[in-house]
Amino acid sequence: MGGENRFMGLAYLSPYIIGLLLFTAVPFVASFVLSFTDYSLMSAPHFVGLKNYIKLFTGDRTFNKSLSVTLIYVFSTVPLKLAFALFIAVILNYKLKFINFFRTAFYVPSILGGSIAIAVLWRYLFQSGGGHEGLVNMALMAAGFEPVNWFGDPTNALFTITLLRLWQFGSAMVIFLAALQSVDNSLYEAAAIDGAGKWRTFFFITLPLITPVIFFNLIMQTVQAFQEFNGPYIITKGGPLKATYLLPLYIYDEAFKHFKMGYASAIAWVMFAIIMVLTLIAFWSSRHWVYYAGDKRS
Amino acid sequence: MTEQTLSSTLSARDLEAIEARKREQRKVLISSIFRYIILFAVGLIMLYPLIWLVGASFKTNAEIFSGAGFWPRSPTLSGYVEGWKTSTPYTFGRFFLNTFLILIPKLIGTAISATAVAYGFARFEFPGKKILFASLIAILLLPNVVTRIPQYLLFREFGWLDSFLPLWVPSAFAGDAFFVFMLVQFLRAIPRDMEEAARVDGANSWQTLIFIVVPLLTPALISVCLFQFMWSMNDFLGPLIYISSVDKYPVSLALKLSIDTTEAFDWNKILAMSVLTIAPALIVFFMAQKYFIEGISAGGVKG
Repeated sequence: MGGENRFMGLAYLSPYIIGLLLFTAVPFVASFVLSFTDYSLMSAPHFVGLKNYIKLFTGDRTFNKSLSVTLIYVFSTVPLKLAFALFIAVILNYKLKFINFFRTAFYVPSILGGSIAIAVLWRYLFQSGGGHEGLVNMALMAAGFEPVNWFGDPTNALFTITLLRLWQFGSAMVIFLAALQSVDNSLYEAAAIDGAGKWRTFFFITLPLITPVIFFNLIMQTVQAFQEFNGPYIITKGGPLKATYLLPLYIYDEAFKHFKMGYASAIAWVMFAIIMVLTLIAFWSSRHWVYYAGDKRS
Repeated sequence: MTEQTLSSTLSARDLEAIEARKREQRKVLISSIFRYIILFAVGLIMLYPLIWLVGASFKTNAEIFSGAGFWPRSPTLSGYVEGWKTSTPYTFGRFFLNTFLILIPKLIGTAISATAVAYGFARFEFPGKKILFASLIAILLLPNVVTRIPQYLLFREFGWLDSFLPLWVPSAFAGDAFFVFMLVQFLRAIPRDMEEAARVDGANSWQTLIFIVVPLLTPALISVCLFQFMWSMNDFLGPLIYISSVDKYPVSLALKLSIDTTEAFDWNKILAMSVLTIAPALIVFFMAQKYFIEGISAGGVKG
């Protein structure tokens, strides 16, 4: 804007800048420094070098378990969720009656999102054993299947958390839908004239055009999946046999239950490093598969 | 589509074209039916648990596990009445009050700070702008886990533990980068003509912001407030870390407390209170659906 002091913009940004320094930048650095200390809140933190990290990677079986559970969870939940969200978005992208009803209905579980009420509900839906079968098992039995031990069995417990997050595919779906609707219709018409079938059109026209949004959803969902806390904390309490003891639960316990602030920071930093590496790989690889038509999305 | 006109004299080619058209229509019909089947099946999975939850909250404990049906055989309000009392000295009313005491300052702080910051980003040039905008994106991608422990230590230094301040203050400093990002995107799409006219008429940037930009920004601001409302209603880890006295618990912690203190026998209480805690979010969602969908498509929402 003409004639204004060139620092006027900075004045408007001042709350952000203060917040950035105080609540993000300084804590970010502090967390890294803390990860090289022992700090129990009782006395000043003292520097222990790489001790925390060495212990994590050589003598901590809980960490090994928690890390592998986290990776399994992220690498199963994110692709399934994205594939499902895209599949439904493609169906919703057709002109059908009541389509707005379905768009809304599919989004409702996402709005309730990480609420504790939904986690509680999940716990009851998948209840099993002790003469108390939850809704899911009742449905299975009605269909002639054996009831499943959802939370008691370590292999099923993590899957139940995954199902909860798959149920919340709505935001990814809406973003896909917006992208699908912005695809230029003339491209489809051209493809139809060239005699391309449905599948070819999807894989050679639709999919390449929405890669920026696939990329966006991939990154956001991955970062989010790594931070999953409410689900396992409420539904399975991390069990059985630590089968759902995701890293955020471990960090929470170490920091706020055992007050091992230094050790917890080290776990957080390992997790952060993994997310960073995965994000960088995604960004690096995006040059080969993300297609930007013009300059629509940054 | 062109209208098919039937004349009395049809050539073989015309007949063939009609056949092809019919086949095409049948294909469209079959594919529509197929889509509806999938949509209904998925819709059932999406909504039935929620519908069941509402029905179950009016059932007796014994009935909750006796069948998958929605309608209670002998509807009772005892889940609501007993659940509302809680096992603490406080009723759920207290926990709802706390939830809104956390929420309202958070919403106001978010709306004001995010608007000012987005205005600064979208309408001004200044040194360091690029880096600051990049930091906004970086915050979007930064997992909270990394900064949580030092933040806790900071708020402990400030003496803010067991108060609502750790939940309010970061929002008032535009801490939810996503909202700033969303408003910047929105502002970029609004032409500057009216603002420039106001400036020519002698308005300063403050007046322009309040009298011109904010009214234009209202739909986006509604989206921001709605998402902040949802996320704050759903927030569990924040209060879990910072709030330790039961009298300050929001509903999320109260619900967690109720599943810890009551064993399997009191499920209708818990389900009833679950219905109550998701009710505000559901009501707000159905009143303002379009703002959610627009907000998501505008910036691409997490969640």
